[in-house]
Amino acid sequence: MLDARIPDGPIAEKWGRHKFNLKLVNPANKRKYHIIVVGTGLAGASAAASLSEMGYRVSSFFIHDSPRRAHSIAAQGGINAAKNYQNDGDSVYRLFYDTVKGGDFRAREANVHRLAELSVNIIDQCVAQGVPFAREYGGYLANRSFGGAQVARTFYARGQTGQQLLLGAYGALMKEAARGSVKLYPRREMLDLIVVDNRATGITCRNLLTGDIEAHTADAVVLATGGYGNVYYLSTNAKASNVTATWRAHKRGAFFANPCYTQIHPTCIPVHGDYQSKLTLMSESLRNDGRIWVPRKKDDKRSPDQIPESDRYYYLEEKYPSFGNLVPRDVASRNAKAVCDEGSGVGSTGMAVYLDFRDAIQRDGKAAIEARYGNLFEMYERITAQNPYTVPMMIYPAIHYTMGGLWVDYNLMSNLPGLHVLGEANFSDHGANRLGASALMQGLADGYFVIPITIGDFLARSGPSKVKPDHPAVQDAARETRERTDRLVGLKGKRTVDEFHRELGQILWDKCGMARTAAGLKDALARIPELREQFWQEVNVVGSPGSLNQVLERAGRVADYLEFAELLCTDALHREESCGGHFREEYQTPEGEAQRNDEAFCYAAAWEFQGVGAAPVLHKEPLEFHEVHLTQRSYK
Amino acid sequence: MAEKTINVTLKVWRQPARGAQGRFETYQAKRIPTDASFLEMLDIVNNGLERNNQDPIAFDHDCREGICGSCGAVVNGRPHGPRRATTLCQLHMREFKDGDTIVIEPWRANGFPVIKDLIVDRAAFDRIIQTGGFISVRTGQAPEAHSTPVPLKNAEEAMDAAECIGCGACVAACPNASASLFTAAKIAQLCKLPQGHPERTRRVLHMVRTMDKEGFGSCSKQYECEAACPKEIKVSNITVMNREYLRALLKADA
Ligand SMILES: Cc1cc2nc3c(=O)[nH]c(=O)nc-3n(C[C@H](O)[C@H](O)[C@H](O)COP(=O)(O)OP(=O)(O)OC[C@H]3O[C@@H](n4cnc5c(N)ncnc54)[C@H](O)[C@@H]3O)c2cc1C
Ligand code: FES
Repeated sequence: MLDARIPDGPIAEKWGRHKFNLKLVNPANKRKYHIIVVGTGLAGASAAASLSEMGYRVSSFFIHDSPRRAHSIAAQGGINAAKNYQNDGDSVYRLFYDTVKGGDFRAREANVHRLAELSVNIIDQCVAQGVPFAREYGGYLANRSFGGAQVARTFYARGQTGQQLLLGAYGALMKEAARGSVKLYPRREMLDLIVVDNRATGITCRNLLTGDIEAHTADAVVLATGGYGNVYYLSTNAKASNVTATWRAHKRGAFFANPCYTQIHPTCIPVHGDYQSKLTLMSESLRNDGRIWVPRKKDDKRSPDQIPESDRYYYLEEKYPSFGNLVPRDVASRNAKAVCDEGSGVGSTGMAVYLDFRDAIQRDGKAAIEARYGNLFEMYERITAQNPYTVPMMIYPAIHYTMGGLWVDYNLMSNLPGLHVLGEANFSDHGANRLGASALMQGLADGYFVIPITIGDFLARSGPSKVKPDHPAVQDAARETRERTDRLVGLKGKRTVDEFHRELGQILWDKCGMARTAAGLKDALARIPELREQFWQEVNVVGSPGSLNQVLERAGRVADYLEFAELLCTDALHREESCGGHFREEYQTPEGEAQRNDEAFCYAAAWEFQGVGAAPVLHKEPLEFHEVHLTQRSYK
Repeated sequence: MAEKTINVTLKVWRQPARGAQGRFETYQAKRIPTDASFLEMLDIVNNGLERNNQDPIAFDHDCREGICGSCGAVVNGRPHGPRRATTLCQLHMREFKDGDTIVIEPWRANGFPVIKDLIVDRAAFDRIIQTGGFISVRTGQAPEAHSTPVPLKNAEEAMDAAECIGCGACVAACPNASASLFTAAKIAQLCKLPQGHPERTRRVLHMVRTMDKEGFGSCSKQYECEAACPKEIKVSNITVMNREYLRALLKADA
């Protein structure tokens, strides 16, 4: 029943053939169709702008006051594309290969190949929009090698690549808004998906300024609402990133796939206090020049400059001589945890490792390092009050990205007809682990080049939706949303929303974080429902529903996390193998690397909702590898 | 770890809604770790208010990394507080001393009506961009990226201007509440790049007109904006904008 609709034919021809076989909406008819796009990150902004340019009527909903503030703005390091401008042997096929392997063979080959093909168009599009990518003296684009890639295929705009790409997409969106073809709905939080006769036909949302609950109908709904990393409370995600939109769609019938594939980023500023509200990422590009080490002796309290070379343990360089400090994120993170768990960690908490630029500065000079990483060093200094030019940085892994998300077919449509899911919100292209600089690529490929074409196929086949705002199902959805909001505001217990969020985050970080065990996951699965129960008894949601109420906003999101967390752990428990970001301690090679079980688990796990607290039903999408042969990933 | 903490007194602008009467309220922020960010300090105060069933201080924020441009308040008379080139979310309490009194107010400008407490309505910025702060290229129209080399110097200058995060501190700092730095940064970015040239004339005319229409004042060259800008966007961009504007007027006449 789970039909991924992967086109036939050789891998390199699938997308081209598929485009030809898709039904089209003729240009004059496009204006008859209304499409709701939720989210204005890279995926949402690029989709809304492109759909509008084609002639569809688009409504764009987002939490922030301006579309430009979406979480994508924070991406630092870069975006991959198989341009082969460096003449170093890159190609569409190599990017495809690296991404499938990097995802630990848990992604769909056809999707990944399409992503690699489209990567080159993205760079063209962004340059035409005026995105000021880094360039060389000759005026041509510069590249760097990033996160585990052996070719230099990453395009970047200083340390603000996400910002510049998003401003490009935002500009396109503003252009369409000015034409009146996109209607903007700022400060709206989507709270439910409206489904009538098995077709997604609208959303309900709360106007965050007035508290009004609104219902909007459309011929198709596109969710581009980002990832769920904040279920852990502390993550590198922006504070408003949430699972609410995708979770509520899941509760209405959309399958949630591979939630246990979460990515831990190896280079973040370590936790320093319990008031801490988020973790700050230090771009992975730092690993190109920084060397990661801990003291060889446990409990070595000497300051780093007093520790001689022979007493420094450059554990990545020693264990993985060919990739060294550039091993993929999951490998780098797990190794940091391992050395800290063994007692070699540094800093006041012992939960940190050094990222040292001493040798790079000696080799290239301070000016060169400053040109490369100046703004990152400044950011580090601002947060920690330590100068990374003279004292090694301290870093520790943190939750960063979520590969899991709503299940979609090759057309980026979920199992619910009419509901399309883009960007980090879907599960599609990264398998069990995402390579650096590939999320921006995926978000923009989905939004600029995939959905504008595939959505037409759905619309042409299904025709306009007959559901109007006065349809009983729409009224019901709005009423249910209002009741839930009122119920939340009615909770006048003694504990704050944040306390519950922190407690949930701690459970997940301990039991479903970098390393997982069956026993730990079972423990989490026992504690989460208890915590959820307590939340609905003891939380205090101050204020009223009918105005701007930031406590209520957070309470709604935490209530959803408390439901979603159970699915996350259920998926992690069911997957009795280690792959990518999902590391089950029971399943590892003698060298401590992730041990997949291809016989039993070479599938995407798509879960169907059965009720809060009820066991979800598992649907499997088998993954077939015709191009890249299933092997044990090795970065030795 | 024995962390260092301080006690500070906050005087915070509280305003229940747009157009409503506002006033300063005093709060004692006790045992605030100096490693906490300014927003984390507000979180701590807000958690205390929530425990006492009081309405927490409303403020915009999201990335807490100084890039989304959501946060911002005037702290002791300075937009984003005392530290140069730093957004409020990146300001840390180690910048303050035990016993300090900290006055916290929203951006104050005609173009930015207060919505609640420290939150203001900055939609006017989007409307300025809508009238020309982009290059009109549709998806699919783009030529191969390397077909147009951009001299490194131009690319770097474009990037300098493009770093603007749209927070509005420049407006808050300006005695005339002018949006010139914000508007100029976008105009300068796009006119440094060959891709931006076809729409150069129209862009500057429209954006400048919208800026005036939205109730922002004009620039009288006080340069407070540059001093307050967390991204150190240079006032030289305003010179570029003025030059572009003159050029456009001449062109439009011709
Ligand atoms: C610090 C950091 C650095 C990164 N660096 C890189 C990098 O260098 N390269 C790379 O490839 N990737 C990077 N990533 C990952 C990448 O930035 C994200 O995966 C990507 O930007 C996600 O884009 P998106 O469009 O899917 O979602 P987002 O950008 O998260 O946008 C989500 C949108 O949905 C809206 N929204 C969410 N919920 C609702 C709701 N209920 N109702 C209404 N609106 C809603 C939000 O307002 C927002 O507009 C980084 C991530 C982080 C955290
Ligand atoms: S919260 Fe994003 S810039 Fe301060």
